Amino acid sequence: MLVRFWGTRGSLPVALTTPDIQKKLVAALVQAAGRRLDTPDQARAFLERELDFPVSHTFGGNSSCVELETGGSEYVLCDLGSGARAFGNHVLATRGPSGHRFHVFMSHAHWDHIMGFPFFMPAYLPGNHVSIYGCHTMLEEAFHRQNAAPSFPVDFSRMASRIEFVRLDPGRDYEIAGLRVRAKLQRHSGDSYGYRFEQDGKVVVYSTDSEHKLDDPAVTQGFVDFFAAADLVIFDAMYALADAISVKEDWGHSSNVVGVELCQMARAKHLCMFHHEPIFDDEQIFAVLQETQRLEEITRAGHPVRISAAWDGMEIVV
Amino acid sequence: MDLTPRRFADTVVLHPAGRINHTGSDELKAALEPFLASCSAGQDQVVLDLSSLEYISSAGLRVLMLAKKQARAQGGTLVVAGLASVVKEIFEISKFTMVFEVFPGVREALARISPAALAALEAG
Repeated sequence: MLVRFWGTRGSLPVALTTPDIQKKLVAALVQAAGRRLDTPDQARAFLERELDFPVSHTFGGNSSCVELETGGSEYVLCDLGSGARAFGNHVLATRGPSGHRFHVFMSHAHWDHIMGFPFFMPAYLPGNHVSIYGCHTMLEEAFHRQNAAPSFPVDFSRMASRIEFVRLDPGRDYEIAGLRVRAKLQRHSGDSYGYRFEQDGKVVVYSTDSEHKLDDPAVTQGFVDFFAAADLVIFDAMYALADAISVKEDWGHSSNVVGVELCQMARAKHLCMFHHEPIFDDEQIFAVLQETQRLEEITRAGHPVRISAAWDGMEIVV
Repeated sequence: MDLTPRRFADTVVLHPAGRINHTGSDELKAALEPFLASCSAGQDQVVLDLSSLEYISSAGLRVLMLAKKQARAQGGTLVVAGLASVVKEIFEISKFTMVFEVFPGVREALARISPAALAALEAG
């Protein structure tokens, strides 16, 4: 399985500003001082080998949208944040306008997780089939309301593809698009649901917008079981632990510390932090990544957990 | 859980040791309760001496956060001392150093929060 991130930011999309870009350019130019970088190839080699991630990359600013490439012809997505726009355009550019089958698993219907759908071009084209799966009863209503006046000039009814909303029951296994899929209720305003995807012995868990209160060992164990032996856990690590259990308590998000602990207890192989705080710049997210890698190292009790932080465009093979 | 309390004048120094994981956090909470009850304005101040703590989980940190909140609500003072090694890094990474007043050791904590307690410590 290949996991491709189209949107990794939480709450709302953000964009690099001119000061952000100039800061990266200045850092790169200073580091390049005295180097012979006369050709694009030389410059690219320098960029790839010598510049730190926050200088050479950006974590990006699209809101939640993650693709699972299963090896089949059908597309599998988690959430339809603003990253869905780029995903949809990529599909059209690489495989044409129609004949596509999409399976989308929705964590919940908060705006940042549905806001890409009005701009998801395949939905407007005949010959495409979009199945939107979720455990919420009001999912279809949320999508219709978004694609309607006064919020959007193109009504949902103008989408010419076949679109269906499929209700899932949490805790039950489903066979969809070659995957075994199970949803789990998570703590978030209006509820959210995580998804466990299994294929040929590989497991990817998508668990975003999930607050962990840490006050009930049975609840914690439930997530340990949900993450058990996962090859990849995509985890909402939006806040520092101190914030998540004090001033941002009940905001519905979690922390890097809890992510590491749950993955250690579950013996998951890889924790990928996701749903980044929109006020964080690339350096701040990178600092959180480095701290989290250090936390895993000093608290490891035999089972290593790889730690990464998702960025728009990142691909992980499991 | 034995917190091996030591009293110095108006201050109680508590000394949890070992590892506090998710299951141990309930024990920590129960052990702290009687000391928190009297951590209020005009009564006891509390120093958590964490110098013998090898590890603390997020659940354990949550217990400390709730203890701090209770102390504050009661007008009491609760501080942390003796962070070292793994626990010091856990506090820093979890940003708990922004929540608690942290001192290098018990002596420094007492010097800050209670001269009477410091005098009692030095008197042996």
